[in-house]
Amino acid sequence: MRRQPIGMLFSAPYAVFVAAVFAYPLGLAVWISFHEYIFTAPGVSVPRPFVGLDNYSAVLTDPAVRRSFVNIGIFLIINVPLTVALSLLLATALNSAVRGRTFFRTSFYLPYVAASVAVVGVWLFLFGSGGLVNQVLGSAAPDPSWLINENWAMPSIALFVTWKQLGFFILLYLAALQNVPKELYESAAVDGANRWRSFRAVTVPGVRPATTLVTLLAIITGANLFTEPYLLTNGGGPSGRSASPVLLMYQRGIEQGHPDVAAAIGVLLVAGVLIVAGAQQLLERRQR
Amino acid sequence: MRWRPVALTLGAIIFLFPFYYMVVGSLQARPDSSPAGALPRPGNLSLNNYREIDAAVNLGRSLLNSIVFTGGVVLGTLVFGVLAGYALARLRYPGRGTLFAAMLLLQVIPFQLLVIPLYVQIVRGYGLADTYLGMILPFAINSVAVFVFRQFFLQLPGELFEAARIDGAGELRVLWSVALPLVRPALLTATLLTFIGPWNEFLWPFLVTKQAGMQPLAVALANYMSTVASAATNPYGAILAGACFLAAPAVLLFIVFQRHFVSSDLGSGVKG
Repeated sequence: MRRQPIGMLFSAPYAVFVAAVFAYPLGLAVWISFHEYIFTAPGVSVPRPFVGLDNYSAVLTDPAVRRSFVNIGIFLIINVPLTVALSLLLATALNSAVRGRTFFRTSFYLPYVAASVAVVGVWLFLFGSGGLVNQVLGSAAPDPSWLINENWAMPSIALFVTWKQLGFFILLYLAALQNVPKELYESAAVDGANRWRSFRAVTVPGVRPATTLVTLLAIITGANLFTEPYLLTNGGGPSGRSASPVLLMYQRGIEQGHPDVAAAIGVLLVAGVLIVAGAQQLLERRQR
Repeated sequence: MRWRPVALTLGAIIFLFPFYYMVVGSLQARPDSSPAGALPRPGNLSLNNYREIDAAVNLGRSLLNSIVFTGGVVLGTLVFGVLAGYALARLRYPGRGTLFAAMLLLQVIPFQLLVIPLYVQIVRGYGLADTYLGMILPFAINSVAVFVFRQFFLQLPGELFEAARIDGAGELRVLWSVALPLVRPALLTATLLTFIGPWNEFLWPFLVTKQAGMQPLAVALANYMSTVASAATNPYGAILAGACFLAAPAVLLFIVFQRHFVSSDLGSGVKG
């Protein structure tokens, strides 16, 4: 087989980009988290002593940070199952020859392509104390209202993100549904399975790789949560009940000037994502 | 098959209503959040909210910043991403496997973990705060787009490339005159995918830009929402007007080009 060393030249810019924007900062994040680190002006060098696990113990004993990890747990428990169930349901509905397929597909991915900042504006209006949702619900509306209620703030964010991202996951499931062999549905029908049974017996196992991907991406999206608690619940309110780890990274690291503590939160967050994703994989393998 | 239309219609209402409400709310002279207010009333219509948000955040300047930021990312992705995608798909050279593995690994690293070190590097180290370069750098080449390019180049028949090479064409020429014209739909899909990233991105440009004159639309609007809005006569109206202005370009692009953003294109990423 002939070799084309010019390929190295072609991929050099991308390789440099990956090294400079991903690999190096990844290492730097871990390094910073084990040192005492303060911001300086460009070119100024200050001592940055190794402090072992000090930053980590500062993070783990900080009630606000611990709360933010609990919050993300609440978020994932609501968001991930809802995302998987609704996107598979709507993808299955879209997959048949229905009238207005293009219209439905387009309307489902509009929230995904619109800027978070823009749609947060409408949700603030809809879910505010005197907003349309509460006016329709009347006395059934929670008091205080959704986004300023300690118990509803985080679930509201989870619902918002589910709504916002669903279109993307519907597209992933639509692609996966094309790979489920039609004959399986036919033989299920011959065996007398009703629609629900053939959905359980054919569709769900048929799209399992996509479900793994959807779950993983939903977990990563949840771990990255920042814009929503920053804007929708006004900085993780009320009293930190909707704060996310990334919001705390911003507050501790950049607002208060402790990048070392923020880096430790980041490392813990990624470790958490890996553990949750790994546990989910194990669970799924056992089910098979 | 009765449940399908019901589920789809219910879904469409839930997905579309907030957008409809965004437009209606942005045109209300006085905020009206009663159920009747969901329908536009002739007596309560005005463009005043748009004037108000424009006076507060300078929409033109923010729009220009968004365009430069997004344009830089799209350009970087189209030039360097296509080159990398082509090399990964069609050329054999040392380091290809490593780069491909790194590209896949990237997809699972939460960008937010990198925010602190990138901030240290780009803002504090290189002094690129309040510059377009500082905004663009972390997004300069979209890895998902590189992946899409690779998948499309892989699908082209190998004989095509052999024939062009036997005719004495260099690799750059093969890429430009043979491969690229055949993957035009991929270019459009990848451009759309790449576009929404920086256009909608909030956290990074929010950290990099402190001067109002350098802030992209999303950042300017978010600052307005969290600080200034309470001073306006109809704060929700002004926010919704800004929201319409920010959401419209991406939404319109996707409606016009929706057939290029279908499952089969993205599916190439899933089937891998």
